[in-house]
Parts: sequence; structure tokens; C-alpha cells
Amino acid sequence: MHKGRLSAALKKGAIWGFIVIELIFFSIAGEYLSLSGKAFMDYDNMLLLLKQSAPIGIIAMGMSLVMINGNIDLSVGAIFAIAAIVLLDSMTWPIFSGLGDWVIPAAWLLALAAGTALGALNGLIVWKTGVDAFIVTLGAMLGYRGIVFMFNGENPTSHLNWTLVDMAEAQFLGIHTPTWFLLGVTLAIWFVMTQTVHGRNAAAIGDNREAAVNAGIRVGPHMMINFALIGFLAALSAVVFYSESGSVNPNDGRLYELWVITAVVLGGARISGGSGSAIGALGGVIAIQLLRKGLGHIGVDTSTVNLVIGLILIAVLILDRQLNVKGKGELRV
Amino acid sequence: MATLTRQQIASAAAKQGILIAFALFMIAFAFANPKFIGLDNLSSVVRSSAILGVMALGVTFVVISGNLDLSVGSMMSFSTVVVLDLHDKIGPALAVPAMFAMTLALGALIGLLVGYLKLNSLIVTLGMLSAIHGLTLSYSGGKNMDIADKAGTWFSVFGQGSALGVPMPILIFAGLAALLGVMLSKTPFGRKVYAVGGNATAATFSGVPRARTVFTCYLLSAACVAVAALIQASRSMGAQNTVGQGLELEVLAAVILGGASLMGGSGTIFKTVVGVLILGFIQNGLLLMGLQFYVQFVVTWVIIILAVWLDIAAKRGKLWSRIA
Amino acid sequence: MTDPVQSPVLRLEGIVKTFPGVRALDGVSFSVLPGEVHALMGENGAGKSTLMKVLGGIHRPDDGAIYVGGERVVMAGPLEAKANGIVFIHQELSLATELSVAENVYLGELPRKRFGRVDWKTLAARTNAILKKLKAPFDARTRVGDLSIANQQMVEIARALTVDARAVIFDEPTASLTDAEKVVLFDVISDLTADGVGIIYISHRMEEIFKITDRITVLRDGQYQGTVATRDVDEEAVTQMMIGRKLDLSRSALDHELGDVALEVRGLSCGELYRDVSFQVRRGEVLGFYGLVGAGRTEIAETLFGLRDPSAGEILIDGEAVRIRSPADAIARGVSLVPEDRKGQGLVLGMNCRDNMTLPQVDDLKAGPFMAEGAEIAIFDQYRDKLDIRTPGWRQKVGNLSGGNQQKIVIGKWLSMHPSVLIVDEPTRGIDVGSKSEIHKLLRALAAQGYAVIVISSEMPEVLHVSDRIAAMYSGRIMRTFTADEVTEDSLIQAISGLGDDRAA
Repeated sequence: MHKGRLSAALKKGAIWGFIVIELIFFSIAGEYLSLSGKAFMDYDNMLLLLKQSAPIGIIAMGMSLVMINGNIDLSVGAIFAIAAIVLLDSMTWPIFSGLGDWVIPAAWLLALAAGTALGALNGLIVWKTGVDAFIVTLGAMLGYRGIVFMFNGENPTSHLNWTLVDMAEAQFLGIHTPTWFLLGVTLAIWFVMTQTVHGRNAAAIGDNREAAVNAGIRVGPHMMINFALIGFLAALSAVVFYSESGSVNPNDGRLYELWVITAVVLGGARISGGSGSAIGALGGVIAIQLLRKGLGHIGVDTSTVNLVIGLILIAVLILDRQLNVKGKGELRV
Repeated sequence: MATLTRQQIASAAAKQGILIAFALFMIAFAFANPKFIGLDNLSSVVRSSAILGVMALGVTFVVISGNLDLSVGSMMSFSTVVVLDLHDKIGPALAVPAMFAMTLALGALIGLLVGYLKLNSLIVTLGMLSAIHGLTLSYSGGKNMDIADKAGTWFSVFGQGSALGVPMPILIFAGLAALLGVMLSKTPFGRKVYAVGGNATAATFSGVPRARTVFTCYLLSAACVAVAALIQASRSMGAQNTVGQGLELEVLAAVILGGASLMGGSGTIFKTVVGVLILGFIQNGLLLMGLQFYVQFVVTWVIIILAVWLDIAAKRGKLWSRIA
Repeated sequence: MTDPVQSPVLRLEGIVKTFPGVRALDGVSFSVLPGEVHALMGENGAGKSTLMKVLGGIHRPDDGAIYVGGERVVMAGPLEAKANGIVFIHQELSLATELSVAENVYLGELPRKRFGRVDWKTLAARTNAILKKLKAPFDARTRVGDLSIANQQMVEIARALTVDARAVIFDEPTASLTDAEKVVLFDVISDLTADGVGIIYISHRMEEIFKITDRITVLRDGQYQGTVATRDVDEEAVTQMMIGRKLDLSRSALDHELGDVALEVRGLSCGELYRDVSFQVRRGEVLGFYGLVGAGRTEIAETLFGLRDPSAGEILIDGEAVRIRSPADAIARGVSLVPEDRKGQGLVLGMNCRDNMTLPQVDDLKAGPFMAEGAEIAIFDQYRDKLDIRTPGWRQKVGNLSGGNQQKIVIGKWLSMHPSVLIVDEPTRGIDVGSKSEIHKLLRALAAQGYAVIVISSEMPEVLHVSDRIAAMYSGRIMRTFTADEVTEDSLIQAISGLGDDRAA
């Protein structure tokens, strides 16, 4: 069992090791290749890194929970966009006209409610019809995106409220607001996944659904809660991001599910369910963001960045498989 | 011959449920808008479904073998851009084979990773989606591709030509469907695809070369993408470098609507073709009703879920499941 | 052992259960006394598993009553059954392998603190108390996936003990256990009976039944055949109750010529799995491999079939040294394997009978580039008749067939390849007694026809009945090879338990 323990520990720590390697690599490469004068591992740069990790990171926490439950959610990008539009658009609605700056929390609530509702809808469909989450959220990815376009056609939706922007750009204790949200959500999801009955039951469902059902665990409600939660978090991510940016395009959020799933898988979760962790997912998000930033720092253009990230994901998968091969005498199936 | 029980009729009806629903739908739309079943409209729909349809044929093999291919959309963008670009640089006669070679190379890479290295196909093709997207942007330098002299080349025949009064895209789609349909249902290779998708372990224990079979499925998928890119490129003689974006979802939707199981081991080319046509006619019907393109998205969403739900319910014998 | 005047802990009266077209249980009644081990026997299809599902709350009986401790109960589901004190230990373990032992034992019943938090302390304390009772060699925090099969089974039993069990039902519990592990299991069972729990023990293994049970109830075709005290009967009598006729266990003597050596293995090793294995199989003989789970028998078969790389040694087929790199390779060299797990390894359940049968030779059954469907159907028809396979037609999905017929499809698949060497791994696992004897006769007949047959089995009667020679394995080595004439049950058991040398008798 010793070898198993070692490789399991290696795997858990692997993503952080990878991050360290990235930091070292880009710091050194940056000295030679960077056009800007500043070092890579500059304090402000790292803070910015965390801030930029927030949008994907917050959603990735929800995805960890959904995936350990044995499901997947491909519609998070579309929910993200809908929440953003609801946020910005609702601040111009006539019913709120008398509220002044109090329209801000109202807009937040509406956006979060929208995300939660859409997530819950996914969960409800999965629960009551028995259709696999992959198909349900694949359809929702299309359907919700269609709803996005219904607001304003192909035009962007914008609204600038300077109070809101100031709040979003603020820093508490030297750390950006989005970063606080990321850390808070990570902690909260870690707690849910490891310390609550709901979280442990969700893990049991993802690990061995039949055993869970026979033990009396009600699969449907647990799944619906997790979908509602990820919908909420997708909306939260949008609220955090667009409060500052003030303008959303109907195509925003496309491919977000790709990044989120990539991050969660890099952090150690399995597609089939039953394993994964919030901390691991955080590691995955930081690793990807670090890669983006690092490549940009050494002068690689964005299209190549996409290329490299896709390849790195594949390389990690190959490495993961190598770590799992038991050696000679293995069944060749 | 035993008398047909009510149960048997109901179960046979459920199996053909999608076809029946489709027929009803066509009739309803025909009443609403007679233009819908005009020959012009029908052939226009089939022609514009051809590109999606050709891609769906290849993905059908991958899905039956128990895997996914989410890279087909960005692969199609890549191939379209490449063939348009090379057309002006080395002429169509060399550009087409070159494009095929490059597309097949990508397919081979995926086949290697999923077939021989046994990596998870969802993640691999998701990663390739991003990688190939980046590759396309790099190659095109972010610009759109256009053929300079559109009139003076025979290249347009694939997308715009016709033979015996039938538009080329339809001929290509139909021909490829026939060829691949026979391959899947009547050849040893087809049998192996079903075996690998149905139970990969048992297939290996029966001497079926699992890795090679999966690899070949991805090659076929890439080949179909190349053909689709050819039709697309020669139809519009120019394209944005995001031309294929999102197609992987529509392809998957068509395959799912056709009744193939994402678990592997079931599905047919014919069913996929039906799924493609259903999708095409729905989109067309909505368009004729004057609805915007994004309404299609919502309708497609509802239809996918309804179709799969009813399929599951028919197999289960009842509508609602006790738990998810 | 038990006072017959005691009131039963569990009583079934007149249980009837019908499914469309079949009366699975036809007025079954029997009772289980507190502290007794009560065997439930019968062929597959006799109704044992339906009866247990009724007891376990998964099916509702159409008629009849169930009494627990004298009180009538009606069970709506597995949870009610457990609440009534009836616990079912399934044959197939159903555990969440990523979770800890404690989380599995209390699956669905995790103790809570405020705000929906798990009360880890209470959970650990309660779980460890149960584990201590079972003398389990692991603690509550261990990840279940890291445990051996035997220990995982213990976790299942621990799950049963979270309530005050009145009756515990074991379904083929020893299938994957070594002898040492079986002893531990029997200890647990006797601890349970000492506490007054009634045990229902479902098994096909006569040695165990006659070792640990007090009474035996037999079902046949959904009907209750009778209950007897174990010490009052013998194997033959029980078998007769189960199938209504005597089984002819005598082995048809070797009345044919032995051919050449079809397969020879010299000094074959594969890491820790087996070492220095050497044997020969001639055409016309059946070589049986007997031993405990983990002795290395299946691993040798897998190596011969190209699924494992040996680390040392030679394989010779028809006198020629070969390297077998894959199942396709093995097939090309004339080796066929009927695997242990017919559903997981032997069949594609969603495919029809014919396609399953012709799968290994798809590339050869061609007419031009297409499949020669006529030739395929001919093969199916041939083996359907030869093996008496019951199926409505070749289009039937193999998943719909009974276990015995499924196994025959797998056997037919490999026979149609006309192999030099046929390896059969656990040929009658989970198959009813009637089909069992058919398959045994078939294996003898194949040898008579000139096949070289290797049979791997964990059932002594089977391996004694079918083999001309028996290789007894223990811990990766062949301890001794017996001929059919010289083997005795005792010497065989000693050999596979690692005891004694060639001098053992």
C-alpha cells in the first residue's frame, strides 16, 4: 500500500508543484524574453493574478461540487452572461428609478436570483426526467445562450454606475474585492464538501450511486441543490466581474465551461465523480491563469496561448496516466 | 404469429417516437406556412444541413465507439481557413489534398491520445478544441480568409455546383451517408466499433483491436470534417476564422436526437441523418416564421431534452423516475 | 444447538410473488430461529433471490405474510427492512470506494451537528466500536478503496451492524475469500448467532453448508421443498431435493487416446503473481487448476491469452516456442479463453447472440469487403444446436438470456474458433445445477474430441469431476500435480493451502 499512498500524495500535491515550476520558469524566461522591464514575480503582478483568477475560480468551486456529485455543467458560461445582463440592465429599469444607489443591491439580488433559478432548472430537469446532466446542460448551454440574445440582440448591454465601479475596484487590506470573493467562496465550498452531510452525501452519490440510493440518500434533491449552487456561483462571478467592467457582450462567457472543467480536472477531480476538492480546483485555476499570464509576459500572443493551454492539459492527462500505471504484469485491457 | 398486444404496439411506437413526432411537426409547419414544403425550401434546407450532416456522420462513429469529439467545430474552422488560404497560394488542386492531410493529422493525434494512450475523450477533445482554435487564429493572423478570384476557379463546384439537378452538397452528403452507413452496418470494422463501444473489455477479450478501432473512428471523424470544410469553403469562397464555432454542439445534438447513446454501443448512420434533418427543418421552420436565430437555440434545447427524456421514458416504461 | 421450542426470529408464511408470465414464488413458508445458521439452497431460478428481495423490502409479495419476532411487518423498501432488523449482505459489494470506512458504514445516516455539519467524533467512535466487535484489522478513517476485498466485505457487515439486527442474510459471501479470510467470516457469523441473530446463508458450496449451518431449506421452481437438519442429511440428499434427481458425478473414464502435447509451459513467471510454473496439456485431456483466489490461476490464463506479459519462462504451442503479445495473437495461435466474468469480459450484452458469437472471427467471415451474414448465422445455428442454447432467435440481445445460456454463447464463440487449447475459467460460476452438469459433460466431450482443455475452478466437486489431472496452486506456485486416480479431497486441500509436499497423502 505504500506505493499507492505515495502516488496519491504526489497527485494531490502535483498541481502545486506545477505552479511552482511555472513561477520559476516564467521568472527566468521573463528575464530574457519579456518586453516590459518588470520582473514576473512582482508583488502587484501576483495580486493581479489572483484578481484575474476570480471569475473562473468562483465558478470552478461550484463545478467541483457538481462533479464530485457525478454530474457536469456545460451551461455555466451562458448563465454567467445572463446574470451579467440582468445585473447591468436592471439598473436602468423604471421600477428602480427612485432608488438612487440602492439600485445596486437590488440589481445584485436579481442577478444572483436569475443564476440560481437557471441552475435549479437544470437540476430539476436532471432530477425529474432522468436525462444525463451532460445532455441537459449541453442543451441549456444552447438554450440559455439564446435567452442571452433575447435581451438586446447582438448588441452589448452597458450601464455604468460609478459607485458600483468604485466598490468593485476597491481593495481591502491590500487585496482586491474579487480576490476576497474567490477566497471566501473557496473556503465555503471546501466546508460544504468536506464538513457537511450534504457534501459527503453528494460525494457518495458520485462514487457509487446505487449504494447511495439503497442507503436512503435522496439523489434528486442533492443534485438539484448543487446545480442551484453552481448557478448562483456563476451569477456571483458575473456580479463580481461586471460590477467593475460595466459592459457585457452577448457572446461573453463562451468557453468558460472549458476553462472551469480544465481547472477542476487539473486540480484532481475525476469526470466520473466521487473525487475532487475545492483546494485542488483553486490550484488548477491559478495554474491556468499563471500560464496565461506567463506566456503573455514572455511575449506569446493570445492565440498561441490558447494552443499552449490546450496542449498542457493533454500533457497533464498523459502524466496522470503514467503515474497510475502499475508497471509490468499489468492487465493489458 | 402472436397477436399484437397493446404493449407491443406502444413500445414499437415509442421506438419510432422521434420519427412520428418529426412527421407531425412537418405536417403542422406545412399547414402554417405552405412555403415550408415547397421543393425549393426543402432542397435548400437539406443543402444547408449538408455541412452539419457530414460532420455528424463522422462523429457518429466516435460516439458509437464510446467516445466524444468536441473538437470538430474548431477543426472545421481550421480546415476551412487552411484550404481557402492555400487555394490562393498553391492552387486548388494541391490545396485540397493538403488540407485533407492536415486535418487527418489532427484526427490522428486525437486518435492516438484517446485510442492508444487511453486518455479521457471529453477532456482531450475539449483541450484540442482550444488548441486548434488557437492554431487557427495563429495561422490566419486573426484575419478572415477570402479567395481573391472567385469566378475564375473550379473550386466552387463542391459548394455551389450541381449534378443532374441535385446540388453538390446534397449529393456529397447522401453519398457519404450511404458509404459510411454500409461501412458501419455491413463490414467487420463496423462490428468492431459496436463491440468496443458496447463493452471495451469484452471486445479486447475477443481479440478486437480496441486502440486501432478507436483511432480509426477519429480518423473518419476528421475526414468528414475535411469534407465539410471543403463544402463550406467552396460555397462562400471565403470565411471567418470562427466559421465552425459551436458546431460541435449542434453535431452532438443531431446525434443525440437521432437516438444514439452517449454511453456507446448503439446508434446508426440512418438515425443520425434523421437527427440532422430534424434539426435542420426545425431551424428552417422557425426562420420561416420570422423568428430570430436565437429562438432556435431555445427551441433546440427544449427538443433535445424532450427527445432524450421520452426515449428514456419509453425504455423505462414510465414517464417519471423515482430519483434522478 | 438451538431449542426447537423457541419462537422464530423471522417467519415467512405462504409468500407468493408473480411477475408477468411467471410465478416466481408459490406459497413459500419457512422460519429462522434466533441464533441459528439456516442455509437456503436451490438452483438458479428456484426463487432464492426473489425471496430475499421480498425479505429485503425490494419486492412486495402478492400474498402471504412476514413476521419478525412474532410481529407482522410490511416493508416498503430496503430502509424499512433494515429498520425491522433484516439486513442483507449482497454478493456484489456496493461501497463508495473514495470515502472512508466510517462514511460507508453510516452511509445515509451520518450523525449531524448544527448547520448540517457532520459529527466526525461521534461517527468515528460508533464505527470503531463496531469494527472492534468484528475484530477488524483496520480503523474507521481508512479509505475503503485501499482495503482488500475481504476487508471490504467486513465493512459491509459492519454496515449491517449499525442497527440491532434480528436476521442477517448472506448471499454467497465466500466467493472471493481465502481460507483464512473464510475463518474470520465464520467467526463473525458465530459471534452474531451467539447474540441471538438468525442467519440465512445462501450458497452453492456444499462444504461450507455442511460445516457451519444448522438447518437447510430447499426451494425448487419457486416452491418450498422442505427444511431439514443439516446433521441429518448428506450432499446427495440435498442435491436430490434441489433438482429432483440424482447427479451423476462419476467421471467418464479416459477411454480415448491422448494426443500430442498441445501446450507446454516452462518456468513461467509474472512478477509476484506466479512463479516458476511448468506444465503440459495434451490433446484429449482436461487439466484442472484448483486453488484459492489469488493463487495465480487466472493470471496464468491471462498470460497465455496475451493479456499479461510474463517476466520469465517459455510458452510452447504444438512444440513451437511463441511470444503472445495480445489476445488477437493468442487467438491466431489457437488459444481460446472463456473468461471468469462472462458479463464483464465475455459478452457485449447489448449486441445480439450471433454477433457476440462471431466477434473473434469477424475479419475472416467476409464476402468481399462485407460481412458474410449467411455464414455467421450458420455458425450460430450450429452451436445453438450443439450446446442447446435457449434463445428466441439470433437477434435476441445476449443480455436477455439466462446465465447458463450466456455462458454457452461464450463457449460456442470459442469453440467455433477450433482452438488448439481451450482455457475455461470458472465455467459454471453462478449457474444452476442443471446447466452446470450439462457444461461439465460438454467439457469431457470436448476432450474426447481431441481438444486440449484447461479448466480453472474454485469448486472442488467440479474440478474433481471434470479433470484428468489437477494442478494444485498456492500463492503463485504449482504445489503438486495429481492424476484423477490418485487425488483425494484431503490431499488436494492440503496442497492448495500450502501444506505438505509430494509426500502428502
